[in-house]
Amino acid sequence: MMAEAILLTIVTASTPLLLAAIGELVAERSGVLNLGVEGMMIMGAVCGFAFAAMSGNAAVGVVGAILAGMAMAALFGFLTLVLVANQVATGLALTLLGLGLSGLIGDPFTGKAGVKVQAIYIPYLTDIPLIGRLVFGQDPLVYVAVALTIAVSWFLFRTRGGLILRAVGDNHASAHALGYSVVRVRFLAVLFGGACAGLGGAYLSLAYTTQWLENMTAGRGWIALALVVFSSWLPSRLAIGALLFGAVGILQLHAQALGLGIPSQFLSSLPYLTTILVLVLISGNRLLLRANTPACLGQSFVPDR
Amino acid sequence: MLKNLITGAAALSLALAVGTANAQEKLKIGFINVGPKNDGGWTQGHWTGAEAVRKHFGDKVEITFIENVPEGQDAERAIEGLARAGNKLIFTTSFGFMDPTIKVAEKFPDVKFEHATGFRTAPNVTTYNARFYEGRYIIGQIAAKMSKKGVAGYIVSFPIPEVVMGINSFMLGAQSVNPDFKLKIVWVNTWMDPAKEADAAKALFDQGVDIITQHTDSTAPLQIAQERGLLGFGQAHDMYDAAPKAQLTAIIDNWGPYYIARTQAVLDGTWKSQSSWDGLKEGTVQMGAYTNMPDDVAAAAKEMEAKIKSGEFHPFTGPIYDQEGKERYKAGEVAPDGDLLSMNWYVKGIDDKLPQ
Repeated sequence: MMAEAILLTIVTASTPLLLAAIGELVAERSGVLNLGVEGMMIMGAVCGFAFAAMSGNAAVGVVGAILAGMAMAALFGFLTLVLVANQVATGLALTLLGLGLSGLIGDPFTGKAGVKVQAIYIPYLTDIPLIGRLVFGQDPLVYVAVALTIAVSWFLFRTRGGLILRAVGDNHASAHALGYSVVRVRFLAVLFGGACAGLGGAYLSLAYTTQWLENMTAGRGWIALALVVFSSWLPSRLAIGALLFGAVGILQLHAQALGLGIPSQFLSSLPYLTTILVLVLISGNRLLLRANTPACLGQSFVPDR
Repeated sequence: MLKNLITGAAALSLALAVGTANAQEKLKIGFINVGPKNDGGWTQGHWTGAEAVRKHFGDKVEITFIENVPEGQDAERAIEGLARAGNKLIFTTSFGFMDPTIKVAEKFPDVKFEHATGFRTAPNVTTYNARFYEGRYIIGQIAAKMSKKGVAGYIVSFPIPEVVMGINSFMLGAQSVNPDFKLKIVWVNTWMDPAKEADAAKALFDQGVDIITQHTDSTAPLQIAQERGLLGFGQAHDMYDAAPKAQLTAIIDNWGPYYIARTQAVLDGTWKSQSSWDGLKEGTVQMGAYTNMPDDVAAAAKEMEAKIKSGEFHPFTGPIYDQEGKERYKAGEVAPDGDLLSMNWYVKGIDDKLPQ
């Protein structure tokens, strides 16, 4: 069934974006603008592949990818929160570091066969026509992405911890005055962001394709960053954004294969154009859009001692 | 203090100058590449060629191999960097490096440049290419014989003449076996992005093709083919190890002999600007082992390979019609090289419109 096949490929295409973006959303909600997502993602991809290839076990690869992302994030956190370096510059530097370091680490693994994260199979349920494989036959990381999105949404808006995190992002001076450790909250948020970015990268090299190639993230980290803004920092909208971007990307390939005669360069730009278009439509309600931006996003925090 | 500093700097630069003068005995060769040296495809072919030069000339050459240079402005900076560093023979191995190469060549008239798959030459710039279309014709024939549905998927990067030539040759080969053979073409607008290439392969398979070929550089499409129990062809490199059940054959780039010949020409002082275009006959294009197919198909492919090698058959022999039905080449007429290198039209039978 072609419709089912298309939906499956759309989910595959959207998952790495969603994984990286949900982590970045949490980091940005706490007030940290982490431009190093691309670097953390690719480090996750290479370390995930390396660990999986060396151990023969995809799960080990996934854990390795998460740790790699967290390690990069810890470095970022140390530089921007402890040493109070400029967040934008540090993030960019970390992206460059990640891209270069991953090439170095990945050299012996390029072109080698990898280990694939296997899709799950539930008897009866997975065999349901049309939605069976879509809902019950995905690989575990897709379910993790969905679970993360729901969990983050619940955490941010229904728990005290989420409230504190949002408070730190909206007004770090007041949060500090109330006695909350701004640096600690942000550091944990950044670590979570790095872990998710690493996971997103691992998805690319362990499930999407089973290979490692330098620069294989191809800018998906940047797309994840854009999606966070697109989503007005709301997890539910983030899921929609990731699906939209993934869907348009896949559908344009199908449009080409169908021979519809639309210039391919235009079709290639469609995912980006569609995302901008929807963003413009959402921004129609200025009040709603601005209400969600973490007021202290990107601002360094230095407590007056 | 300042006087000591200046003396020290002068001594250092003198030492360096003497050092470089000694180093000039070695011929410094540079390579600018669009991808990583172990991409299992295009750039790896050039790496293998460079290694062949290193092995052949040993101490007489010093090779710098720069990977992952994006086509465009950055390329000019990279090429100029190599020229400034004393490299006397520079290979730029992708179409998109054409204009940057010409620009830098104008500034460095005593450095020799070799640009792959382009069409602009200069007194110190040679263009070189391989007749991949010969391989495409053979795999087109195999595709038509092996495909049960009579449709193949073609994953391509950019609509440059090199790529269009390949598509046309593939189609002509397929049509020689099955005149109603159809082609579904997907442009991914990148030479290498494994995830996107995998998506393109999935989209093509989902739409009903059962055999794919590609003009992009990663093994992702073949891996998808293997996952689904379908067939494909390797590109630029033998991709058998990545997909042993799916690869039928591969078009392999073998740049070693050409690179060694050109290096020798520079060392001998006989290097001249030219447009060289070698193929199966010279060994620059090789076909991978014919696997996953019945013996008669493999035998027919080997026979066609021999015919092209001996010059008995040329893939672009008329009658050839373009999409509008106009006869481009009469029966028995062979398309001249110049036409092929600037090809911007599809042959009849391809339903897509060529992106301009």
